Order: sequence, then C-alpha cells, then structure tokens
Amino acid sequence: MSQALFNALLELGDDHLILGHRVSEWCGHAPLLEEDLAMPNMALDNIGASRNIYTYAGEVEGKGRDEDQLAYLRLDREYKNCLLVERPNEDFAHTMLKQLYFAAFMEPYWQAALSSTDETIRGIAGKAVKEMAYHIRHAGEWVIRLGDGTDESAKRMQAAVEEMTPYVEELFTMSADAKACAEKGILPDREALRAQWSQTISNIFDQALLDLPEVKFPQLGGRTGHHGEEMGFLLAQLQYVQRAYPGMSW
Amino acid sequence: MSKETPLWEVFVRPRNGLSHKHCGSLHAADEVMALQAARDTYTRRGEGLSIWVVPSKSIFASDPDQTAENFDPSVDKVYRHPTFYDIPDEVGHM
Amino acid sequence: MYSQGLIGADGATEETEEFLAAFQARIDREEKIEPNDPMPEGYRKTLVRQIGQHAHSEIVGMLPEGNWITRAPSLRRKAALLAKVQDEGGHGLYLYSAAETLGVTREQMTEELLSGKAKYSSIFNYPTPTWADMGTIGWLVDGAAIMNQIPLCRCSYGPYARAMIRVCKEESFHQRQGYELLISLCNGTKEQKEMAQDSINRWWWPSLMMFGPHDAESSHSEQSMKWKIKRFSNDELRQKFIDATIPQAEYLGLTVPDPDLKWNPEKNNGKGGYDHGEINWDEFWQVVKGHGQMNRDRIKARKKAWNDGEWVRDAALAHAEKRAARKTQQAAE
Repeated sequence: MSQALFNALLELGDDHLILGHRVSEWCGHAPLLEEDLAMPNMALDNIGASRNIYTYAGEVEGKGRDEDQLAYLRLDREYKNCLLVERPNEDFAHTMLKQLYFAAFMEPYWQAALSSTDETIRGIAGKAVKEMAYHIRHAGEWVIRLGDGTDESAKRMQAAVEEMTPYVEELFTMSADAKACAEKGILPDREALRAQWSQTISNIFDQALLDLPEVKFPQLGGRTGHHGEEMGFLLAQLQYVQRAYPGMSW
Repeated sequence: MSKETPLWEVFVRPRNGLSHKHCGSLHAADEVMALQAARDTYTRRGEGLSIWVVPSKSIFASDPDQTAENFDPSVDKVYRHPTFYDIPDEVGHM
Repeated sequence: MYSQGLIGADGATEETEEFLAAFQARIDREEKIEPNDPMPEGYRKTLVRQIGQHAHSEIVGMLPEGNWITRAPSLRRKAALLAKVQDEGGHGLYLYSAAETLGVTREQMTEELLSGKAKYSSIFNYPTPTWADMGTIGWLVDGAAIMNQIPLCRCSYGPYARAMIRVCKEESFHQRQGYELLISLCNGTKEQKEMAQDSINRWWWPSLMMFGPHDAESSHSEQSMKWKIKRFSNDELRQKFIDATIPQAEYLGLTVPDPDLKWNPEKNNGKGGYDHGEINWDEFWQVVKGHGQMNRDRIKARKKAWNDGEWVRDAALAHAEKRAARKTQQAAE
C-alpha cells in the first residue's frame, strides 16, 4: 500500500509543483501590475501544496527523502504530473485557462479528500480546498473577461480552449496506484469528479461565451512519465543548481 | 497613449468589530477585479477580513482652501466636551 | 537613491515669496502636506519624479531577482524569493498610487519609463548570473534601500510617507532572507563560499553608488532637504550603510573589494566609522545614462510585458463597459 500511496502522492505533488513553476514564470511580466501580485499568490499556493505533499510522500516512502530531494532529484521519466500543467504559458489566455481547468478539478478533489481515512491527507485538503476555490474565482473571472471582451481576446481565448481541452481527460484518469488509494478511501476517486468539473466550467463558459469542444483524442502520458518536449527545459531550469552543485545545502 | 484602467480606493476591515480603514489604491477594470486585486495586494499578511472598494472618482473631498472656515469654528465650542462642566468630586464618576 | 534621476531636474517654481514662505513654515512645523493642499509647483514636480522613479525601481527591480525564481535550489528558497519579488511589485503599486495623488496617471508614468524619459535606480542594470546574487541583493541592495526608506517614512508628503511605512514593514523580511541565504552559502562548501564572495565583489560598489553622487555634486539635494522630502544627505546615508554592513560581512567571513577600507576612530564625531576608497563615478554616470550592462534588457522586458499585455487590459475594459451597459439596461426594464 505505501508504494501505491507514495506514487499517487507524487502525481499530486508534481501537478502542483509544475503548475506553480509555470505560473511563477509570469512574475514581473504580467499584463498589469495587479496581476503581478495575483499570479505569485497562485504560484505560492501551488508550490506550498506541493511541499506538503512531497513531505508526506517522503514519510510514506520511509527512505529519508525530503521535499527537495523529491522535487529536484528525479529524472524526467519519474515525474508523474499530467500533461496539462506542464504546457507552456503561451499567453495570458492559455495561462488563466490552464489554472481554471486545474482548479476546477482540484477543488472538488480536495473537498472529497476532507473525508479521507488518512489524517495527513485531510490536513492538506483542508488548506488546499480554499486555495483552489479562490483560483477558480480569479482565473474564472479572467476567462469571462477575455471570452467576452474584445474580438481579439475572444479569438485568443477560444484558441486556448481548443488547444488545452484535450489535456483535461488526464485529470480524471486513474493510475493503478490512484485506484488502490481510492479503494482504501485514502484519496478520492478522480473519475467521480467529472460532473462537478463540467458544472464549474460550463457556468463560466456560459458567461464567457465560449464553447467547450468535444475531445476525440485526449492527450495522456504524464502519469506514466511520457512528457512533452517542453518538460525537459522546465526541469533543466528547476534542477539546474542542484545538478550543477550536487549534494550541497542551500 | 494606451487606455487607462480605472483607479479604486481600498478599505480593509482588520477584524470584526473595527471599521473598514483606507489602506491604499489600485487599478482594475471593474468592481469584481478590483476586489480580487485588493485581496491579492492588501491582505497578503493576514491584514483583513473584509474589503470595500470604491471608484476613486466617486470620492468627493472637502476643499483645502476652505479648511479654516470648515473646521476652525468648532475649535472654541468647549461646551461640547464633558470636561467643560464642573461636577463636585463627591458626586463621583459621571 | 530614488532621486538619482532627479539630477538636473527642474525644481524651479514661480510662486510668490509669501506663498513659498507660508509653505516652508508649514514644512518647518512638521505639518504633513496632503494631496489637494496648495504646494509649490517645484515641490509637486520633485515628488512626482522621485516617487515615480522609486516606483519604477521597484518594478524594474523585479527582473534581476525574477530571473532566479524558476531556478531556486530549494522549495523553501523558491517560495521566499517569489514572495519577495511579489512584494516588490506591491511596493511599486503603492508608490504609483502615491504619485497618482499628485495628478499623474500610472499609464503616463509607465510610458515615461518605457520611453527612457523616467529613470530608475542604477543598481538594477547589473546582471544576476549566480544564485548567490539573490542573497547579495537581499543583503546589500535591500539593506541600502531600507537605509534610504526609513527616513522617507517621515517625508513631508503624506501619501509618500504612508506608502513608505507600508513598504518598510513588508521589507523587513527581505534583507533577512538575503543574509540568511548567504549564511547557508558561507557555511557550505568551498564552491558555495566562492560563489558568495564573487557576488559581493560584483555588488559592493554598485550598492554604494545607489546612494547617489557625493553631497557636493548633488545640487538638487539641498532643496529636497529643505522641503523635508529628504532627511539625510547621500553621503550620510552611504556612511551609515557602510558602518552597518562591514561587521555583517565579517560575520560571513567575506570581504568587500575595497583595499582602502579602514576603521577610523575619529569618524562620526568620535564614535568611529569606516573610511572607504573612491567610488568609480564614471561607471555610475554611464549606468544612469542608460549604458549599463542590462539597461537595454530591462527596458525591453518591461516594454514586452506592457505591449503583450495590452490586449488583456483592453479586454477587461471592454468587458467592464458591457457589464455596465447590461446593468443599466436591467435597471431600465
């Protein structure tokens, strides 16, 4: 069981770390100063959640690995984040949509995790569920404004929707490890969250005048370490200091 | 010249039982975004439990040129203050 | 230091002697000046330029440190750095707001920055090639900034003083996080300590330059001191900074790259202080005038963010108009 939980925690931790990394790339480059304050808040929430999750994963594994060893010292194929979160920022429309898609999934996920059989998971969920509720609101309001703003913003927003939606399915898919944890009531069943996700998104898309496309070919692979090309560059940055100066403390 | 995003004044209630207090300004296109920006800008260190935002253009201020005529006349109305009245000590606190 | 760009600025005013004397009397009584109060045009212009430059410094100052957010070597350091760079954005925001009370818009100020008309602190035109620079910036650059900002909390202009109080409160963690980062490096391996020393070798002189030219060459200072926009002279603040910093460097076991630095027991009215070598003012002026290593990159990055963001800002405004129109329509029905 502990191996399954360890792996499932890595899926969760990596999702938050990699998304937080992407959002943090905006810091100092946002479209308006107020957003230069808002985006780091979201990045800090995600990175903070990843730290709690990795720390617990390290305890579950029992080999003495801490949050940094898990975050920094694995090979590309060992990262288990879904493809959605590693997608490049592209523009503000893509970034906000990615944030919305993720938070619209994680909010009900953590909500369900509040009744986990595992006390540490309940603790992590209690904090994260509020953060995700705010991310839905913040990213959602932007998606509405960009979708129903100018012609250009509507075009960019719809383009982001076309491009990002194929990556959503992976949020719901259950790895064998996630299944094992769900059966024990430790982690929520991802499959069961589809309706809530769709409800959140369709509420926002109605106001944003956006259409959710039907996805015939969902993009999967992150959970098994089959990442896109951009992931290598992300990790090269993330891991640079730790790799260039191995074994030092910072 | 690019278009200007409106200015808002932000008021934060530090905790229940206290008034909202002016703490600064920010720019936002509408009240929803202004509230979110206020949250992200002015409550990052647990400074508040409630936020008001007001369009800066909705604030009307008294004229500094009229400061004397506005406020000086109240200075000598000492009979508005409790200490103006003599009550013998034997009466106790009143 | 936030008045580096005021050099040569026109603080002249055309008000009558009586008006200026009455204003000066208010300042001398330590009364705060508030936005709609009558004030000499030179006072207003000086403040607009100084607060604007201070705000731009915060905003451009996000870039050299932002450069390392994705590469921070631990999650703890990453979170601290991200929060710090975010704070700098917040400080820029508070300061722009303070300047806006004087009748300029943020958009106007931003365009002056992007066109090169407005300046920002010279320090941010140096590159941050190593992780140790995150420590050194926190320790030296933020340390110098705090030295300058604390007296600004008592500036005669109310909104500027209030913004500075907020900034100083938030900034107190910045210098500590930088110094703590350097402690980790200095307690670490030889390579880490070398990285720290190399970083201080690069940042020491530029940090001293942050305080601006010597008092004798800072013609603008006198009027600002009289108006109590400024409370200490450039050289006074620089001396305080050096005296505070050298023992901190010694604690780290690091040296500053100044062979002429030595303790002088006579200095500071017999309390003692450090004599230091001559600052390379040619370098300072070169950077202030736009020819530092990173000047072009910094402005290019700000322009890109501003231009790439235009469609987002426009969309928000367009949506706000639609919302308002819908509300009016609903009210009419």
